[in-house]
Amino acid sequence: MTGLLTLALHAALMLAAAPVLAGLRALVRARLSGRAGPTLLQPWRDLERLLRKQPVLPEAASWLFTAAPFVCLAVAIAAALLVPSFTLGMATAPLADLVVLAGLLAAGRFTLALAGYESGTALGGMGASRITTAAVCGEPATLLVILALAALARSSNLDTVSATLRDGPRGLSWIAAGAALAIVGFTAIGRRDDGPALTLVDPAIALGYSGRYLAMVAYAGQLGALAALGVLVALFLPFGIAASGAGPLAWAVGVAAWMLKMGALGVCLAALDAIGPGLSPARAPAVLGIAAALAFLAAVVVFAGQGPV
Amino acid sequence: MTLASLIRAGAAQPMRPWPRYLLTPKAWRAMAQTDAGGSEPAFLGLWADADHAHALFVAESPLLASVRIEAGMFEAMSPARPAAALFERMVHDLWGHLPGNGVDPRPLLDQGHWPVLRPLSARPAPNAAPAEPPEFVGATGRDLHQIPSGPVGGVMEAMHLRLTAAGETVVRLEAGLGYAHRGILALMRGKPLHAAAALASRITADSTVAHAIAFARAAEAAAEVEPPPRGQALRCVMAELERIASHLSDLAAAAQGLMAARCGDLRENVRVASHAAFGHRLMMDRVVPGGVAADLTPAGITALSAALDRIAAAAPALQRGLYLMKGQTVGVGICRPAEPRIARQMPDTASYSRPSAATAEAAMREPSANDVDARLRLRLREIHGSTGLLRKLLARLPPGPVDVAVPDATGEGLGVADGARGDVWHWLRLDAGAVAANFARDPGWLDLPSIEAACRSARLSDIPLILRSINPASASLEL
Repeated sequence: MTGLLTLALHAALMLAAAPVLAGLRALVRARLSGRAGPTLLQPWRDLERLLRKQPVLPEAASWLFTAAPFVCLAVAIAAALLVPSFTLGMATAPLADLVVLAGLLAAGRFTLALAGYESGTALGGMGASRITTAAVCGEPATLLVILALAALARSSNLDTVSATLRDGPRGLSWIAAGAALAIVGFTAIGRRDDGPALTLVDPAIALGYSGRYLAMVAYAGQLGALAALGVLVALFLPFGIAASGAGPLAWAVGVAAWMLKMGALGVCLAALDAIGPGLSPARAPAVLGIAAALAFLAAVVVFAGQGPV
Repeated sequence: MTLASLIRAGAAQPMRPWPRYLLTPKAWRAMAQTDAGGSEPAFLGLWADADHAHALFVAESPLLASVRIEAGMFEAMSPARPAAALFERMVHDLWGHLPGNGVDPRPLLDQGHWPVLRPLSARPAPNAAPAEPPEFVGATGRDLHQIPSGPVGGVMEAMHLRLTAAGETVVRLEAGLGYAHRGILALMRGKPLHAAAALASRITADSTVAHAIAFARAAEAAAEVEPPPRGQALRCVMAELERIASHLSDLAAAAQGLMAARCGDLRENVRVASHAAFGHRLMMDRVVPGGVAADLTPAGITALSAALDRIAAAAPALQRGLYLMKGQTVGVGICRPAEPRIARQMPDTASYSRPSAATAEAAMREPSANDVDARLRLRLREIHGSTGLLRKLLARLPPGPVDVAVPDATGEGLGVADGARGDVWHWLRLDAGAVAANFARDPGWLDLPSIEAACRSARLSDIPLILRSINPASASLEL
């Protein structure tokens, strides 16, 4: 019963917070660039505006193109529900497997790429090829991190791994795995200097979406970013999170801690966006290669530490 | 026979301050076919009037060669000088003169939507044919795809870019124009000088001062008047302010994050100071034939000095910002060096020497170094050069009046100004104080070949940066 209640609270929190995190990043980025910036709620307003607009579809698009946003959104919501925010032991905890989460996020990317190819436009195809390139480069690192963590905790369940990491020693494998996952996450959700930005600011527009479809794709992207950061926080910054079976007071502390951590990460991302030179698609494979090397190091250290199985 | 002597052998026409040479069709053909060698005069532009075509070269002084149009044709120069192709297409669109043996017969500005054909010719014809979509050369080969961009929502104002790419590598970039044609030359025709000057300063917003100065110099040459020293010095102040603001705005567009914010902030500061000093952020209509429209007050000098101080204080940070961008900018977007800049070297057009110019020129001439990084660093150097020059100018402004009256004259003049992107040339013929024929040659004419060369075999993701480092001004072509 408590599991269901916390799940409901968690769902409301995630669904409401995803655009706010995007808003926070935009605001901090604008402030660091010397501009006043939009309000925190601007992404919500944009979504509401997009929902009211009439969508325009590419001529060559089939049913797949209109179905893709629904799949994207469904997958993103599922991922967001699995990642614990303020408490462990939610009703979805037994399902919150790291491999499942990585698979859900990859499925979202896959659907979006499919829609990009499907639209038949040059820019859509290019956006899709970028998405798939980044995915191909990012997956090995993700899977190696999962391997290392699963070997450490003897389980790939997010709650179990989180608890193991919280109580366990912070060794080389912890640092390497955390860095690798941070790189993969930040690469996936950080600002890109995409070439199609010749005409397009938002990669989703590159895929030809508009109106409510664009709103769905954008919201799915925000939820995916929140979920990816949520995994990072749950695994490597688990302080403040309420234990399974704790009461409302611990939940409140958990919510506050979660907001603090997410806010800090959002500010970090925005600072990277504003100060860094931006990651060009051409350099992404190299950066993700570093992440894969770190993840491999983590896995080797874990296995070496455990001795012969 | 060298190109210069070929042109000088023509009949000298009374243009001021340099004569114009009327060539026979035979001499013109010989000139057009003379291959442009290294030490030959540089080709700067080609235009026409109702019954002549004019080609501008520059050696130690400008050489304007003309030929009479016969049977609606003149010999094209593009087979020997590819840079002439754009001008020939424009001449055909506006005046209807056919470039014989031209390499590119496609229209440039007239995409079929104008109410008349050849609007600047003696007898424009009504346009009856339906408009056709513009043609692009593209490229043939396996696995090539075309990416359209603009004219709405692209990185460049009112310009269509057609990219032919193989995967992530650009095979060819083509720029299409004609979306923002305003008919400025036609509007200027028949107008009195002050009205025509106002139009000339609206050709392109970020070079409004340079265009106004070049136009005013051409008009003053035609009317044989000389602006007073204070007027000339104030023109120079405005031109340098415009250069600083334009370069800062280009740097802001090419950079990202903090560097972009810092450049944008400095640029805004220069614009505000310009408003305080001259009453207009862009200093539009402040340069008029005969001098300048507004004097500089001590309060204005203080405002300008404060803006210069802020730029000087930010210099190390700007250097650092460009250094941090090197990973993206070195070796990217290499194109041929920019054309030689003449205005700042000619004693009779630039009254003030620019100390930074020589080193900057050297950097631009080195072809291997003309990548995005070199172009951005050149802008930064020019900003520092202009700041130093402005300090000297503001400290020693000559006293006296700022303008003289320009009589209603009949005559022909050629004027040049040192703009932010390069030399701006204005040619005009006055008839009793009104503009009878004219042309404005902005350095933007050479930008289109530059971006096409710089984007060849570049990565798709580098295209916006390359374009911003050149910042082609399509408005200056849409005359």
